[in-house]
Amino acid sequence: MLDNVVDLSRLQFAVTALYHFLFVPLTIGMVWMLVIMEAVWVMTGKQVYQDMTRFWGKLFGINFALGVTTGITMEFQFGTNWAYYSHYVGDIFGAPLAIEGLMAFFLESTMIGLFFFGWNRLSRKQHLLVTILMAIGTNLSALWILIANGWMQNPVGAEFSYQTMRMEMTDFAALLFNPDAQAKFVHTVSAGYVTGAMFVLSISSWYLLRGRNVEFARKSFRIAAAFGFASICSVIVLGDESGYTVGEAQQTKLAAIEAMWHTEPAPASFNLLAWPNETRMENDWQVSIPWVMGLIGTRSVSKQIPGIHEIMAQNRLRIQSGMLAVQALEAVRRNGKDSAALKVLEAHKQDLGFGLLLKKYTTDVATATPQMIDAAARDTIPRVAPMFWSFRLMVGMGMAMLLLFGWSFWASLKGDFQHRPRLLKLALCCLPLPWLSCELGWVVAEYGRQPWTIYGVLPTRLSVSTLSVESLYGSLAGFVGFYTVLLVVEMMLMMRFARQGPGSLGTGRYDNETAH
Amino acid sequence: MLDYASLKVIWWLLVGVLLVGFAIMDGHDMGVGTLLPFVGKDDTERRVVINTVGPHWDGNQVWFITGGGAIFAAWPLVYATAFSGFYWAMLLVLWALFFRPVGFDYRSKIDNPTWRSVWDWGLFVGGTVPPLIFGVAFGNLLQGVPFHFDNNLLSTYDGSFWGLLNPFALLCGVVSSAMISFHGGVYLAHRTEGDIQQRAQAWVRVTGLIWLLGFTLAGIWLARGIDGYVISSAVQPDALPDPLAKTVSRAAGAWLGNYQRWPLTMLLPASGYLGCVAAMLLLRSGRSFAAFWASALGLAGVIGTAGVSMFPFIMPSSTHPASSLTVWDSVSSQLTLGLMLVVTLLFMPLIILYTRWAYRVMAGKVTAAYVRENNHTAY
Repeated sequence: MLDNVVDLSRLQFAVTALYHFLFVPLTIGMVWMLVIMEAVWVMTGKQVYQDMTRFWGKLFGINFALGVTTGITMEFQFGTNWAYYSHYVGDIFGAPLAIEGLMAFFLESTMIGLFFFGWNRLSRKQHLLVTILMAIGTNLSALWILIANGWMQNPVGAEFSYQTMRMEMTDFAALLFNPDAQAKFVHTVSAGYVTGAMFVLSISSWYLLRGRNVEFARKSFRIAAAFGFASICSVIVLGDESGYTVGEAQQTKLAAIEAMWHTEPAPASFNLLAWPNETRMENDWQVSIPWVMGLIGTRSVSKQIPGIHEIMAQNRLRIQSGMLAVQALEAVRRNGKDSAALKVLEAHKQDLGFGLLLKKYTTDVATATPQMIDAAARDTIPRVAPMFWSFRLMVGMGMAMLLLFGWSFWASLKGDFQHRPRLLKLALCCLPLPWLSCELGWVVAEYGRQPWTIYGVLPTRLSVSTLSVESLYGSLAGFVGFYTVLLVVEMMLMMRFARQGPGSLGTGRYDNETAH
Repeated sequence: MLDYASLKVIWWLLVGVLLVGFAIMDGHDMGVGTLLPFVGKDDTERRVVINTVGPHWDGNQVWFITGGGAIFAAWPLVYATAFSGFYWAMLLVLWALFFRPVGFDYRSKIDNPTWRSVWDWGLFVGGTVPPLIFGVAFGNLLQGVPFHFDNNLLSTYDGSFWGLLNPFALLCGVVSSAMISFHGGVYLAHRTEGDIQQRAQAWVRVTGLIWLLGFTLAGIWLARGIDGYVISSAVQPDALPDPLAKTVSRAAGAWLGNYQRWPLTMLLPASGYLGCVAAMLLLRSGRSFAAFWASALGLAGVIGTAGVSMFPFIMPSSTHPASSLTVWDSVSSQLTLGLMLVVTLLFMPLIILYTRWAYRVMAGKVTAAYVRENNHTAY
């Protein structure tokens, strides 16, 4: 049983975010597949491509509805459950969210209406334009959300103001071109493209295995295989890039992912497998490949990557410096003209967040004991085992998908894939992989950011709203209840329409026309 | 660049514009949701009703989402304090909104009366609960909300959920519900014909009367029975935002002060009446498109009335008046406000343009024949 507001708020956020992220990647990827299919229709005039756009579009719509439903929750939750966070960083974090609405979500949501209802009212080219605008809107949405999220990972272009008691934006361009945000964006959207491709590939394979709607399924399979192969390659390349930026901005996360307890002489070796032991703060055993980690993390053979013990020692110093910042801030909040305190605050401002970590142990940070400082320094390291394994599972699934899409693409070039039941069965079995790896990626990125909501700036435990535990249990139960019912309904509809296939369009050209 | 004080006022206006935009655009979808079980008597009629907003409700809902985002970006303290303070009310709004995307998209995908009827009630809840709660919330804002800040600006809400349901707030909820149903009814009358159109018109007459009566009653109540708030210390509009730096007192009739100070603002409550009456008259003479915009004017008038009455207050605190949030002290930094203004001015016209295009593409009456012809694609 969780008995505090912080853990319950985190649990609620994790549940709702992971749930939301079941629908988002499919939306992001499917929308481009629809663009491709419809573009082929406009160019060749072959009816089957329009049917493909409409049928896959129907499944896309079923998924999109839940993406929207669960997306509203995310916006609400910052205010309802993370009120102090909203105040503390709203000046920077709110802007990309609002811009997302204005620039992307309006476009996507207006166009999706025309996508479904405009077939008989728009010319072919106009309708294609609508689909393209919908795709651009969807992807721009992801861009702005990840700019916001990237800032939580690497808070650039902002400064703390003691008068307003919050972070304030100083440089919008820095926020926009934050390397962490850019790396995350490309990695995340290409993971979405893989999800969309896998969805179409798997279901098409199923039709082929059953010998139904063969022409329709063959054409869908080919598009999915090509699109998926390109996408999985970029996920892996860009994921590596993302790992590199994490290394730059968040050494702790990188060290936890690699279970690197100690700094090694450069270039560091890579722990392929290990058994991290949290209490001893060592690995019980490990299988390492020399040099590789140094190359991934620093792109050099000479730069060192700090290990967990060394990072903790650094953080301990920052916490001590942060103590002074917190005390000075309190003095300044009492008396704005206290110039001595202001000087101290200026000098130690960059460590204010670290000082705030002590609030977990004492309300009066000035009285923190060395034991408390040690404990707070230990807190700056997220638990290693979940990070280590989530990351490896994610990468492993990525590699599996690379093989699958490589094989599918090769077979679709040769054109004999419908006679390869093993490939088709494998494609069907791999259906859950993109979702699992996306969720694990989220865990690595966000769990790995703990104990911070804003890395190095605002501790998670100070970010919550003043609410009661009962309220949180109640709302959590509500979300779980609603979401379970919605998921059951969505899966049922998805399976129903996937099973019926393009016959559900009622065109008279496919199997199962009447099953509807 | 504009000075800080002007930006603060401009953002007060912009948030107002977004709220009004939300009421006009998402409002008519929500009103249609409220009327759905009463105006559509059988499945085909209900599909006609749903398909009048089918292609548009999703885009319209973004007015709400962007409104929320804009409040987050421009008034982070208001966003934090209101959303966490009104915790259960906000969750009710959220959960009611859940029914809309799935309701619209899933309802007609399975041909089963129970399935369809469940989603119909879902759409009713999704259309009815949010405007009701927003009205109740405004009613509470006008009376002051029990919350305070500590020295680090951490907000604590001192009231209960049930405390929000006081008589004046409930009256505001009724006014809000009536307005939104009225607006949805006018829209339905514009987009349908025959029986459905006539039923919608009957609902417009009923909700119009409730609107006019409720608005009047709330006005009298506000003038006679509810104390307003005044900033009693010197106001420095361009100062760095700090809600604890002022003193605030309560005074009888203070919510009417702005109308005496700037008599032109009397046009707002006047438009509240005028829009509603004009919409009813225009609808009776068959000019349903003009009626829609008259109704929109009425919504803007009522929302503007609430806003101007409280100006510069946004969220007064009833228990610790000094913690009250105002236009001057709950805002973001000058850079953020300036930047967001540029973005808004760039994109708002674009949004209006393509929304207009979307409505033109889908223009015309929705009929039973349309639903039958598009059986597989229509909602």
